[in-house]
Amino acid sequence: MLGTLAALEFPSIDLIVEWPSFIGEGQWWGVNKIVVNNLLALLFTSLIFVVGSKTQLVSRGKMRNLAEVSVDFIDKSVIQQTIGHGGEKYLPFLTSIFFFVFFGNIFGIIPGWQMPANARMANPIFLGVLTLVFFVCAGLKAQGPKYFVNALFPPGVPKALYLLVTPIEFLSTFIVRPFSLAVRLFANLLAGHILLVTFGVLCITLATASVLVIVLPFSFFMLTAMTGFELMVAFLQAYVFAVLAAVYIGGAVHPEH
Amino acid sequence: MSVLATVAQEAVTTVQEILPAADQKNIGAATGAGLAYGLAAIGPGIGIGYLVGQSVQAMARQPEAAGMVRTTMFLGIAFTEALALIGFVVFILLKFA
Repeated sequence: MLGTLAALEFPSIDLIVEWPSFIGEGQWWGVNKIVVNNLLALLFTSLIFVVGSKTQLVSRGKMRNLAEVSVDFIDKSVIQQTIGHGGEKYLPFLTSIFFFVFFGNIFGIIPGWQMPANARMANPIFLGVLTLVFFVCAGLKAQGPKYFVNALFPPGVPKALYLLVTPIEFLSTFIVRPFSLAVRLFANLLAGHILLVTFGVLCITLATASVLVIVLPFSFFMLTAMTGFELMVAFLQAYVFAVLAAVYIGGAVHPEH
Repeated sequence: MSVLATVAQEAVTTVQEILPAADQKNIGAATGAGLAYGLAAIGPGIGIGYLVGQSVQAMARQPEAAGMVRTTMFLGIAFTEALALIGFVVFILLKFA
């Protein structure tokens, strides 16, 4: 029984940092599963909205309907709750972020492919830095150079406390925000992927062991339940990323007094 | 309490004197990794439980606000879960890198 366990080859652990490529291993143009995921996510996102905008409104094509429902969802559930009025100009950015992250996460559940694109740190950290650049620029555009003054020295604080508050505000706004966005997305997806892989490998191992086959239905049930849970986590993490990006943009554009 | 301290002291001395250096590093990494995630999961567990309990109470008090309460609940869960997951990342870093 232990012999069959040892026969299973686990991939080496530093694959957590970089997945092996299909072609062009080690070169800058190498293509691995994450790259294919990103390209497909890009393709599906732009497909929905480009085809949806070209279809006529009168004939109510299906892609047009899908695009409208998606934009309406982001508008009502993300922007109205956080930025309020005046937030419609940030709608394209938030829609793109939401759908790119969602399609990247969804690939972790499709049987056979099963690799979420955000389970390696490259994607999330880039999206986090992109959101940082975006909300700083949105703040600069809305408030001018006074944005930095308002962000680092919040009004209404007694002057002596600025010595304490300003470093904390600087760290919190410019360093912790993108980092926490990235780590939240990355660690959720990585943990879900590891869970699914664990139960999958357990099912395969149990199918060849002699007496422990009795445990196989429970393991398979857990695998199914975890897949359903991962579906919810995929959507929720994309939604939370979009909502937090909207909150940061709202905080930069209308600072609370 | 002092028996526990003596046992712990003996264990540390044994590890430092008898085992080779590579094993010592592995033991340290494994212990640290386990402690890291275990301690990191306590706070968010309590936090998320309290948060969901309060939101269930809010939904029971005013069922027509259930949609808004549910949205805010998910947002709060994502915030607190991020802290537990940062502990998970520390575990991965210690154990596998």
